[in-house]
Amino acid sequence: MSDKPLVDVENLHIAFPREDGGWHEAVRGVSFSLLAREKLGIVGESGSGKSLSSRALLGVLPEHARMSADRLRFDGIDLLQASPRERRKLRGGRMSMILQDPKFSLNPVLKVGRQIMEAFRIGYPALSGAETRRRAIDMLEAVHIRSPERVMDLYPHQISGGMGQRVMIAMMMAREPELLVADEPTSALDVTVRTQVLSIMDELVTRRGAGLILISHDLKLVSRFCNRVLVMYAGRIVESLRADEMHNARHPYTRGLLACLPSIQSTGDPLPVLQREAGWANPEGQP
Amino acid sequence: MILRLLTYSRHAGAWAATVAITLFGLAVLTFVIGRVVPIDPVLAIVGDKASPDVYQRVFIELGRDKPLYVQFATYVSGLLHGDFGQSFVTSRPVLSDLLDFFPATLELSTIGLLIGMVLGIPAGVAAAYWHEKWPDHLVRLIALVGYSVPVFWLGLVGLFFLYFKLDWVSGPGQLDVFYQGIVENRTGSILIDSALAGEWEVFWNAMSHIILPALLLGYYSLAYIGRMTRSMMLDQLNREYVLTARLKGASEFEVVVGHALRNAAIPLVTIVALSYGSLLEGSVLVETIFSWPGIGNYLASSLFRADMNAVLGGTLVVGAVFVFLNMLSDALYGVLDPRAREHLS
Ligand SMILES: Nc1ncnc2c1ncn2[C@@H]1O[C@H](COP(=O)(O)OP(=O)(O)O)[C@@H](O)[C@H]1O
Ligand SMILES: [Mg+2]
Repeated sequence: MSDKPLVDVENLHIAFPREDGGWHEAVRGVSFSLLAREKLGIVGESGSGKSLSSRALLGVLPEHARMSADRLRFDGIDLLQASPRERRKLRGGRMSMILQDPKFSLNPVLKVGRQIMEAFRIGYPALSGAETRRRAIDMLEAVHIRSPERVMDLYPHQISGGMGQRVMIAMMMAREPELLVADEPTSALDVTVRTQVLSIMDELVTRRGAGLILISHDLKLVSRFCNRVLVMYAGRIVESLRADEMHNARHPYTRGLLACLPSIQSTGDPLPVLQREAGWANPEGQP
Repeated sequence: MILRLLTYSRHAGAWAATVAITLFGLAVLTFVIGRVVPIDPVLAIVGDKASPDVYQRVFIELGRDKPLYVQFATYVSGLLHGDFGQSFVTSRPVLSDLLDFFPATLELSTIGLLIGMVLGIPAGVAAAYWHEKWPDHLVRLIALVGYSVPVFWLGLVGLFFLYFKLDWVSGPGQLDVFYQGIVENRTGSILIDSALAGEWEVFWNAMSHIILPALLLGYYSLAYIGRMTRSMMLDQLNREYVLTARLKGASEFEVVVGHALRNAAIPLVTIVALSYGSLLEGSVLVETIFSWPGIGNYLASSLFRADMNAVLGGTLVVGAVFVFLNMLSDALYGVLDPRAREHLS
């Protein structure tokens, strides 16, 4: 690992206009960085600002969102100064993102193969059609799809969720990005295929030496695949931990999350209810 | 394979049955209308000065003495043989009249639809893309005017300024008197006939005649297609796959046209077919204002002269066109939507 961060975010704020003319602050001063090849997990309950923080990084925030940051850098590139065109060139090429549910994130009227080929066509317009197709098939093989040629000609509604998410991984890893953000990549999948899909993604990321930001609300799952975990609560990062030191968590919210994990040795007592305190949402509330 | 063919033919069978039932319903409707309107077809033929003898003879000739169901059977079997009855006014079979007038309507409304599509779809896409910005406000204004201003008023205003005051376009009719009869009627469309014959002067004269009514119809079609395209694109642009396309690094044009519009095109097919149908039907007013020798004009003048066979024949044709357009859009739906295709094969 080199010392220069691949991603460097400081004091990120994202807000949305409210009906009453005020602003709803969804992300309030998030700072984090990611080294090359590092795997960072972000956990937190739904609505805590995980997706928005990563979408800001890729430059695909909702149109009416207002964003500000002291620093937003990718491999030394100042994303705050970059033109929309420059940011588009980065997307899909050097940084990409996997969304939650392939049922919605794949275009329903285009064949799966064509959607993967599009990723290549955008990045390497000089490639011949046959070569593009060959590479798309290679990508499907890389995500362990058994008869890739057949799958190329299927439409999204003809494949399972697990296969859809592998297609999504193939599409987003096609151009060997240095950063992959996976936003709850298995939440919409059958429990039986979750680990398999995550392992395939992890394998590809590791083999190609990419950095990973894995977003989830499942602390246990994230700590299995990542080096470091950020815990978000109400638009803020309340705790940052090394994955192998989860037991050292100090913030009550994180401890609550840990306590909620069911374990095999559990006594059969009902799981404790997660505690929340309004004070955690304030900067002073951080332990 | 055989199973596939079977399900396909079963589907085609259901389809044909639907069409047949719709057309039958249309025949029932026109038959009933023909019986309940307070117009005596016998009187329309013999005139009110005819003797009771003559009246009685024609009454029997028309089969009016027979029970209603027999009359209906005769009517339907006539329709099946292409017999729509005689027009009392032109003394010709209604079908020949309709075949003479229909091409002019088809020509006018097709050009109107093309204008509506070529301008309306991009306008709707732009309005959705720049939602709540000026292109959106402009398109909504255009659509609003299209919805609220009566077509005859806009037609008369257009004629008054563009023809009478400015003389930029030609007046009512399909051609100036001077150009009539030069080109042999082959397809029924003067534009196509004159272009085929290489008579460009005739062509441009016909063009200067058709442009105003076509623009007028096109405007209404644009208002409808533009508004519907806008709302369908607004829906599609919020979908997750659009975000995926952006995440891949696709250009905004690719995202909007290659992904979102490609999806919006599926319901748009129905919208365009509906618009075409309503142009064919709504041409009654425009054709009357512009003395356009089409079905609309024929229907209107037949109606004023109580020529029921002609009115009902025209209604049947318009209805059949609607059914046909619906069939066509159903078929296109299957071509565009892989999920619908599944049900076919
Ligand atoms: N498009 C949007 N419009 C308005 N508010 C939004 C929008 N997207 C997100 N938000 C707000 O931002 C908060 C955080 O959203 P998000 O980052 O998606 O949460 P998470 O991914 O952690 O579940 C949400 O609770 C919501 O209030
Ligand atoms: Mg989210």
